[in-house]
Amino acid sequence: MERVDAYPTHEYQGYKLRPGKPFPFGATFVPGGVNFAIYSSHATSCTLVLFDKGEGLPKVEIPFPDEFQIGDVYSMIVFGLDYENIEYGYRMEGPFDPQRGDRFDASKILLDPYAKAISGRDVWGQKPNWENVYPHRALLVFDDFDWAEDRPLEIPMEDLVIYEMHVRSFTRHPSSGVKFPGTFAGIRQKMPYLKELGVNCIELMPIYEFDEYENSRINPDSGELLMNYWGYSTVGFFAPKSGLAATGKLGMQVDELKALVKELHRNGIEVFLDVVFNHTAEGNENGPYISFKGIDNKTYYMLTPEGYYFNFSGTGNTLNCNNPVVRNIVLDCLRYWASEYHIDGFRFDLASILGRDQFGYPLSNPPLLESLAFDPILAKCKLIAEAWDAGGLYQVGSFPAYGRWAEWNGKFRDGLRRFLKGEPGLTGDIAQRIQGSPDLYASRGPTASINFITCHDGFTLYDLVSYNDKHNEANGEGNRDGANDNNSWNCGCEGSTTDVDINALRMRQMKNAAAMLLVSQGVPMILMGDEIARTQNGNNNTYCQDNSLNWLDWNLMNTQGELLRFYQKSIKFRLAHPVFRNRWHLSNQDRVGSGFADISWHGTKVWQPDWSGSSRLLAFMLDGKHARGGMVSDDDIYVAMNMHWESHWFELPRLPGDKRWHVFANTGVPSPADVWENGQEPVLANQDGILLGDRSVVILVGK
Amino acid sequence: MAFTVTSKMLANGAAELSLFGELDASVANEFKMAVEKAAADNAKQLILNMKDLEFMSSAGLRVLVFAKQKMGYDVDIYVIAAQGPVRDTIEMTGFHHSVIMQDAYSAL
Repeated sequence: MERVDAYPTHEYQGYKLRPGKPFPFGATFVPGGVNFAIYSSHATSCTLVLFDKGEGLPKVEIPFPDEFQIGDVYSMIVFGLDYENIEYGYRMEGPFDPQRGDRFDASKILLDPYAKAISGRDVWGQKPNWENVYPHRALLVFDDFDWAEDRPLEIPMEDLVIYEMHVRSFTRHPSSGVKFPGTFAGIRQKMPYLKELGVNCIELMPIYEFDEYENSRINPDSGELLMNYWGYSTVGFFAPKSGLAATGKLGMQVDELKALVKELHRNGIEVFLDVVFNHTAEGNENGPYISFKGIDNKTYYMLTPEGYYFNFSGTGNTLNCNNPVVRNIVLDCLRYWASEYHIDGFRFDLASILGRDQFGYPLSNPPLLESLAFDPILAKCKLIAEAWDAGGLYQVGSFPAYGRWAEWNGKFRDGLRRFLKGEPGLTGDIAQRIQGSPDLYASRGPTASINFITCHDGFTLYDLVSYNDKHNEANGEGNRDGANDNNSWNCGCEGSTTDVDINALRMRQMKNAAAMLLVSQGVPMILMGDEIARTQNGNNNTYCQDNSLNWLDWNLMNTQGELLRFYQKSIKFRLAHPVFRNRWHLSNQDRVGSGFADISWHGTKVWQPDWSGSSRLLAFMLDGKHARGGMVSDDDIYVAMNMHWESHWFELPRLPGDKRWHVFANTGVPSPADVWENGQEPVLANQDGILLGDRSVVILVGK
Repeated sequence: MAFTVTSKMLANGAAELSLFGELDASVANEFKMAVEKAAADNAKQLILNMKDLEFMSSAGLRVLVFAKQKMGYDVDIYVIAAQGPVRDTIEMTGFHHSVIMQDAYSAL
């Protein structure tokens, strides 16, 4: 039967129109045309603005007739558009009364919050036309990607090893050797590297459309251009950043990113997105009009009673996430990425903001977090919170989780760093962290804990063992930006050195960090490049640096092969041993009658851990018969950590039957004897004990 | 340069479409109709000869995506002699993972 809804009922300047469908919001293909739908509760009228691609002025502006408005939604079908060459936006009329929260300005052309692709910053770093009347323009997107048999991988949370990376940083350096550097396509070409490293999840720093020129400036000291490089400032929540796609200039960024996800999945690697819903690129009252500000300012932003912007994000404005309308856009957005891009999980930047009410007070039962946790489409997605915000809310261990949410465990990072540098009295804390932080996540299990020692915020691992203090001069803010509490130690010299002993100690410390991270219960996360000792020259806040401070130098693979090898084998070892990957907390008791507790604690003497205020050493044994809560049988594992500057002899627990201890890793001995191939570990000559060198970690496997 | 597409059936049951010129939204439908015809003729393979294709816009890519799904998964698509920017576009978008890329047609 012929569809009657494909017939126009109205005409405007030669364009054939029909009242649209209010849902879904955004621009959607319908037979013969495109359905445009947008919400504003305070606008008095709305106009659809159409451009031919790249043209300075609109080709037509079509006001929505009154009969095209249902409730607060304007919707219209426009027939016969050349979809490939159209850019669209809106004008909204309404009151300009900042004190009441309204900032309507019909002279501005506004971006659809539901835009699926956005032009304007098509090629990374290409200087924008500052006179453009509509700088970030919505494009039409087809949902016809051929996914074949792909779908999200649904790897159990406890089996993940996450690798946090920035799309551009990963392959932009000339040494990457990829055909399309700094792009989604570039990552695809580096698949073999990721496979050999052994990670099974990559977490991409922001890939929603952002403006690298937002607040861009010249560093007065160096003359270098500083940019919004990391991208923690969203222009459009539904659009992949075209400047991160080799095909951005062709408008095919959607295909390129989907192809990357599909290829990663084919290689057994999940994809998480780092999503920024706490604020937008529109800044405060002095910032630009891009979208929300001119569409419905007081719905989308948290405003003070005087109409100014609350600033819980530290970046000018705060999205009003627990307004029901804003809640829906967040939900629609994540559903879109999960269903249309097959994204496996999301990490929420400054997620504590998502639990604040419209006046900024923390909610005990935040509807947005609850909606996300129980959403049918997101049901298998991993949800990870950065459980703090810039307004002082710190919720590590108390983030409203609804049985779903995991957290970036800041206490793991801080505890492990301090232990690593040799601070005394931390063994009790470390015992908690090693077990997946049951003190924080008693009812949630270890998978609530994303364990990390380094992330994009702060020092890289190499810098953590090479600098006592941050060195952020290159950011042009007089070294005032970035965190001061780094818990770092330079091993005897600030910055790079030719001192052989210091470099050897740094190498050992990096291996110690990797070893302790990868034997801990919970979900380990590795920062891009830590496996080859990437440095930022002591800069712990490289958010604005489009240069070698962020770009991964692939030449390090040649000079840091020893560290890379240690990482590769340690990741493989973790994934081969379920005893490291329990879904539920260890009980410190024998629950299967094996004669050993699931985890037992030791010191230089067996069964005698030193919890004292002066202790810098700790050992533990994981009983293989308790792996996965006793559901599977694994080898026994013994780990000794000596963070003291002297060597210590550690007595070893006696294994039952004819089992013997084998050495998987010993960071205190030179490569290649520092780490062994899983399954080929040499038997330990003396089964009674082992000497741990100063500041070293030993991992034994009992079989 | 104007776009043209010519079709022929080969003895082995493959349909060969030869694309010339610049493939953009204004002409993509011609390409799409040729693909539909190949599907209607029950082509066993689809050979896209791109030796003389100079440019392909997103509308062209859409037809490739359409072809892959229209022909069915048991029909292999061969992309032959894609050059310069056309080849780059196919590689950047990852479409080469879905088809067989060859310099000269050789049935697999």
